[in-house]
Amino acid sequence: MADEPKPPAPAHAPPKAAAPAGPTEPAPPADLAQPAYLATLSAEVPGSVTAVSYFVGDWTIVVPVAQLLGVACHLRDAPDAAFDCCSDVTATDWPPRAERFDVVYCLYSTRHRHRIRVKVRAAELQPVPSVTGIWSGANWLEREVFDMFGVNFTGHPDRRRILMPDDWQGYPQRKDYPLEGPGELLMENPIDWLKLRQAREEADIE
Amino acid sequence: METPAVHHGAMFDTNELVINMGPQHPSTHGVLRVVLRLDGEKVVDADVVIGYLHRGIEKLSENRNWTQIILLTDRMDYVAAATNNVGYCETVEKLMSIEVPRHARYVRTILCELQRIASHCLWVGTHAMDIGAMTVFLYAFRERELILDLFEEFCGARLTYNSMRIGGLPLDIPPGWDKKVLEFCMIMGSKVDEYEELLTHNRIWLERTKGIGIISGPDAVALGLSGPPLRGSGVPRDVRKDEPYAAYDEMTFDVPVGSAGDTYDRYLVRMEEFRQSLRIIRQATEGIPEGPIVGKVPRLIKPPAGETYHAIESPKGELGYFIVSDGKSTNPYRFRVRPPSFCNLQGLRALIRGHLVADVVALIGSLDVVLGEVDR
Repeated sequence: MADEPKPPAPAHAPPKAAAPAGPTEPAPPADLAQPAYLATLSAEVPGSVTAVSYFVGDWTIVVPVAQLLGVACHLRDAPDAAFDCCSDVTATDWPPRAERFDVVYCLYSTRHRHRIRVKVRAAELQPVPSVTGIWSGANWLEREVFDMFGVNFTGHPDRRRILMPDDWQGYPQRKDYPLEGPGELLMENPIDWLKLRQAREEADIE
Repeated sequence: METPAVHHGAMFDTNELVINMGPQHPSTHGVLRVVLRLDGEKVVDADVVIGYLHRGIEKLSENRNWTQIILLTDRMDYVAAATNNVGYCETVEKLMSIEVPRHARYVRTILCELQRIASHCLWVGTHAMDIGAMTVFLYAFRERELILDLFEEFCGARLTYNSMRIGGLPLDIPPGWDKKVLEFCMIMGSKVDEYEELLTHNRIWLERTKGIGIISGPDAVALGLSGPPLRGSGVPRDVRKDEPYAAYDEMTFDVPVGSAGDTYDRYLVRMEEFRQSLRIIRQATEGIPEGPIVGKVPRLIKPPAGETYHAIESPKGELGYFIVSDGKSTNPYRFRVRPPSFCNLQGLRALIRGHLVADVVALIGSLDVVLGEVDR
């Protein structure tokens, strides 16, 4: 859509520091033993863990997108991991990076009472397999990530927007989405907004 | 005269009826819309539509500084605002490795448990009213008022408290406040029995709640349920016990669990939680240590670059915060809330199927959702 208005810079946006290129993922200290289930995971699903990091008591592993389902299945079923609960699915947007999204899965085991965060890095349109088949509770959480970031989940049973209206344009939680929403146009000039919507609908029909 | 051919199939054929419940409906506790597909009185399927109260708190928080966010967290679960404050502050403290003084941790414990009682009071009142018992509502709101008074004395507000600071508390408890809390515990103990007298063995209550919305323990875990809906299914999961925060590691209390996983068991779990909360409040108030109210906090709050997830047990379930700091700016790079109501509400569709229309309100009530938190 060429006539999409450029929203003005938000008035009270924080001073722009250089955008960080990616998350800080400090390697675990040398004297700290890794949890045993990580060794089992690397052995059972080869090439699945590309990085391990540790920060203020949280373990995080980075997994290639292609291996996500294998890793998720293993983490749920292996007796030493037993992550039977997917307590959260979310994402972080790092725009300058080619694989701009970190999709983050926070897992919890009710048997062993431990937690782990699993991350995959995904580009804007890159398909990410849905883990709904492994943890049914991921359904709405993935819908929210899709709604807010536009992460392209595949194999999701019900991929619709969840918090925003169904006809909403854009993905609000992305870093390049302005805080005020789709520009001043909506507030100040509703007629132009209507025209814009009409143009969009016509474009959709074509 | 020719007798018309009898088509039993055609005569008794039922049409599926789609009805829209909400978003403006007294029993949906806010602006929740449930699109029900009915076969007669039976619910075949339901689509839960949310987002009517979406204010973009996550996005907003990414554009506010670290202390301003405490105020925004009040607006999520507004019937237990102090719990949200505690969860957020503890996450930032974890990120910055700040140690909170013992005195402040005790006060936090008391406030969290008072909030749990206030939230459960609201729940038992509205849940019972949805099902048709009017009296409990009046009783429960009478006691909730006492808690609001205690909060008003502590921080001046009655609903959105802004009652925490990163590293501790904004101000110490007023003199004599602890005595009032103990007095409240005395009153509340007998009032819980009163609620139970009205409901627990009430025949109508039993008929309306027993065997309604059964979910097994493993299913509840996989669905991501937490808090009383999970414990009602017999899973002894409580963040206060499993990953203690504030001063819960120094308290003795039991985690009540149900067995059947139906609406009645979820009710029983919450009723027992009233008593356990009172037990914790009594211990914490009597054993409150002397000391500073704030730990060593830098003047400008700027956590080091890194990310963390921290969960606490809110009255609704596991309330988690996932916060990413880039170490450079005075606002979080990513602020994410794992709202317990959102994840519990997801289970509604699974619970509702096959039940009658009248049970829908009982099930929404038994999950105890707050739409401010679901939509953020």
